Amino acid sequence: MEKIATSEISKLSRRALLQAGAAGILLLSFRLPQARAAGDTFAPNAFIRVGNDDVVTLVMPQVEMGQGIYTALAMILADELDANFDKVVLQHAPPDKAYNNPIFGVQATGGSTSVRAFWDPLRKAGASARGMLVEAAAQQWSVDPSTCRASNSEVIHDASGRKVGYGAVASLAATLKPVSDPKLKTLKDFTLVGRPVQRKDTPDKTNGKCQYGIDAMPAGVKFAVIAECPVFGGKVGHVDDAKAKAIKGVQQIVVLDDCVAVVGDTTWTAIRGLSALDITWNEGANANVDSAQIWEALRTASKGPGAVAKKVGDVDAAFAGGTHYEGVYELPFLAHATMEPLNCTLHYTKDACEVWTGTQVIGRVQEYVAKALDLPIEKVTVHNFYIGGGFGRRLEQDMAIKAARIAKEVDGPVKVMWRREEDTQHDVYRPVYHNAVSASVKDGKIVGWTHRITGSSVIVRWLPPAFKDGVDIDAVDGAADQPYGFPNLKVEYIRAEPPAVPTGFWRGVGPNNNFFTIESFIDEIAHREKVDPVAFRLRHLDGNPRLKAAIQLAAEKGNWGSTLSSPRMGRGISAQNAFGSFIATVCEAEVDESGEVRVHRLVAAVDTGIMVNPDTIVAQLEGGLIFGLTAALFGEITIENGRVQQSNFNDYRILRIDEAPKIEVHLIPSTEHPGGIGETGTTAAPPALCNALFAATGVRLTRLPIDRNALAGRKPA
Amino acid sequence: MITLHVNGQPHDVDASPDTPLLWALRDVLGMTGTKFGCGIAQCGACTVHVDGQAVRSCQLSIGSVGDQAITTIEGIGSSDVGAKVQKAWLDLEVIQCGYCQSGQIMSAAALLAHKPHPTDEDIDAAMAGNICRCGTYVRIREAIKKATAA
Ligand code: FES
Ligand code: FES
Repeated sequence: MEKIATSEISKLSRRALLQAGAAGILLLSFRLPQARAAGDTFAPNAFIRVGNDDVVTLVMPQVEMGQGIYTALAMILADELDANFDKVVLQHAPPDKAYNNPIFGVQATGGSTSVRAFWDPLRKAGASARGMLVEAAAQQWSVDPSTCRASNSEVIHDASGRKVGYGAVASLAATLKPVSDPKLKTLKDFTLVGRPVQRKDTPDKTNGKCQYGIDAMPAGVKFAVIAECPVFGGKVGHVDDAKAKAIKGVQQIVVLDDCVAVVGDTTWTAIRGLSALDITWNEGANANVDSAQIWEALRTASKGPGAVAKKVGDVDAAFAGGTHYEGVYELPFLAHATMEPLNCTLHYTKDACEVWTGTQVIGRVQEYVAKALDLPIEKVTVHNFYIGGGFGRRLEQDMAIKAARIAKEVDGPVKVMWRREEDTQHDVYRPVYHNAVSASVKDGKIVGWTHRITGSSVIVRWLPPAFKDGVDIDAVDGAADQPYGFPNLKVEYIRAEPPAVPTGFWRGVGPNNNFFTIESFIDEIAHREKVDPVAFRLRHLDGNPRLKAAIQLAAEKGNWGSTLSSPRMGRGISAQNAFGSFIATVCEAEVDESGEVRVHRLVAAVDTGIMVNPDTIVAQLEGGLIFGLTAALFGEITIENGRVQQSNFNDYRILRIDEAPKIEVHLIPSTEHPGGIGETGTTAAPPALCNALFAATGVRLTRLPIDRNALAGRKPA
Repeated sequence: MITLHVNGQPHDVDASPDTPLLWALRDVLGMTGTKFGCGIAQCGACTVHVDGQAVRSCQLSIGSVGDQAITTIEGIGSSDVGAKVQKAWLDLEVIQCGYCQSGQIMSAAALLAHKPHPTDEDIDAAMAGNICRCGTYVRIREAIKKATAA
């Protein structure tokens, strides 16, 4: 996998990043991008366009993949702009540095950063544009702009009762100097922010009109499906295509060094053609890699010296006395399993290429397709789409590169699609992790804590400046800045790349691993200290009032301490602050005689700072919690003979509606900077579940997915 | 040439009879609202109605459809029950990425057409074949109940 050129993120200050944490709040000095549109349209910055026809168009710097971000970002812009929200039109951003995510310095949507990163810049952009429109109207009326106000895409002069639509003053506004430090609204002046607003993207998702990348249909498009070597890193040996060619509608067979694609007049003929191919693969060096080896290598690596990510106080002194506890926690590889399988449509014409796809990194898609086709970057046009699930998979551009290499061999536009099996087996996987933790307890409180994380570094490839001195800023996120303020702390990281298996970001990123570990281990310590897990956590949270309040609310709403309806049920809690949000989650789960688990209820309390669209926050938490449960209950990719053993939803299970618990989400009002919410539920669910299972059975699960055999036949604790 | 009756209109489809209805709809007729998710009857993203029954279109060849009436997500809003389901879906803001939701709405509409007042068990049974990776299940349950009350 290629390294991303460091030049594009050269402005990123490592110190700033470290201070913020990969998922922390950090805004690089952000200047409003300059207007680029010409003519009579008012385009004061990269995000706002006002036409003479009164149409206000908002250009979305982050992609919509279900998290409701188009609505949230549009609300922020429209609120400060005083635009008529019902009439604003949203546009996907083209590849352009003007839309870089200020936290990453890359045009990317991920890490639950969208609102955190764009809250300030979009407010300024909206307020500045509003100021210019007001100024233009005031000039036209020869009145003092301070006597005018704006509302619903109109400037109003109350004294004279005059009103003018934004469109009518757009041309004049375009000649004015941008207001560089505009006056922003105060919280109480917001008309959209903080209210539940109907999402902009959902109506077309009820009637088949919404277009995802897989729905792109450029005129004359052909349909291709791809087969990659099932063994990671393997190559194509020999292809016998006689039978495939005989199938009516099969148009072409493209053989590249590492994959084969069949092009047909429909996806179905392409699938049939692919099945009819007889491909011999040169499996290469990885043909014998299996899961047992991978785990052994990881555990061996975990013994080596670690790079210190965080050191507080004197850990050795803290461990000199007190009661000591030790634990080891491990997490498996996971696939993303986005509902929309990987796909990319391209039209290559010797000197240019047009691309249609849904991506979290449109700038990188443009750059890497250009490289793959040996074209100047400006000759590659990329159209972004609504995304049928990202979860980190579409933070990569590997699929676009492969599709481009195929499209280069095809005359006319071609849609390259990965069948579900190929999608599952050629993912970039959430890394396997090994965690060694220890704690020293004196007088009922944890006084010393060590946490050593061993696993692959995704950052080193994806955002190189955020990897330095052996520490991956994401891998230690949540551990180095653990919520409990332990007075003596040492957190180490050991980079250990698994043989053969490519790794990538997966919803919840580093905090997934770290909070599973921390929240399982602290629960274990509370139990062994014979202290209620809620009380034990609260003891350590005097310095973290927001998390404390979330735990208290979750415990209250989750009926903590009350008797459950069945002796086979247990109740567990987890708490975390990550992604700038504070969440506590109470889980009720039941274990039957055979070890099968039923999750009955999840109750979450969350403080995510200022809320833009509260209903979206609830929805993201509901969905995120389910996503986390799926991982905890079922998620594991295993390797044998260098290949992934899972293939489709039959053997890579996703939670279904009849298995879904009741979920309650309680929002805690706040005036703090907005936090991230896309991943918050995902990282919260697994430890809450495992702690509930412990309460039900007395079995402490230290690995995911849950081991039903370990739970089977256990008496209630 | 095979004639398919989709959303009340006849369409001539020039594709081999073994072609799954899913791919005929998407690739030949350009009706892309019906989605591909798994191809093996595991996810329900491809759900359409054939003579009023919810069917996985990835498993049904066009050669076997005959004269039966096909309804897709593009046409479901013209039935009463379909429109109610769509409205409930928006009122409760069920949808996240939306990729599974064509199938969810088609399954829910078929359920309500046959059982106007389903129990929780009926809902689970009718909807368990539709995976939602974004985890919208809690709202799907509520929205189905809301559509029945409408
Ligand atoms: S695509 Fe038909 S059930 Fe999944
Ligand atoms: S809404 Fe995304 S898969 Fe269901």
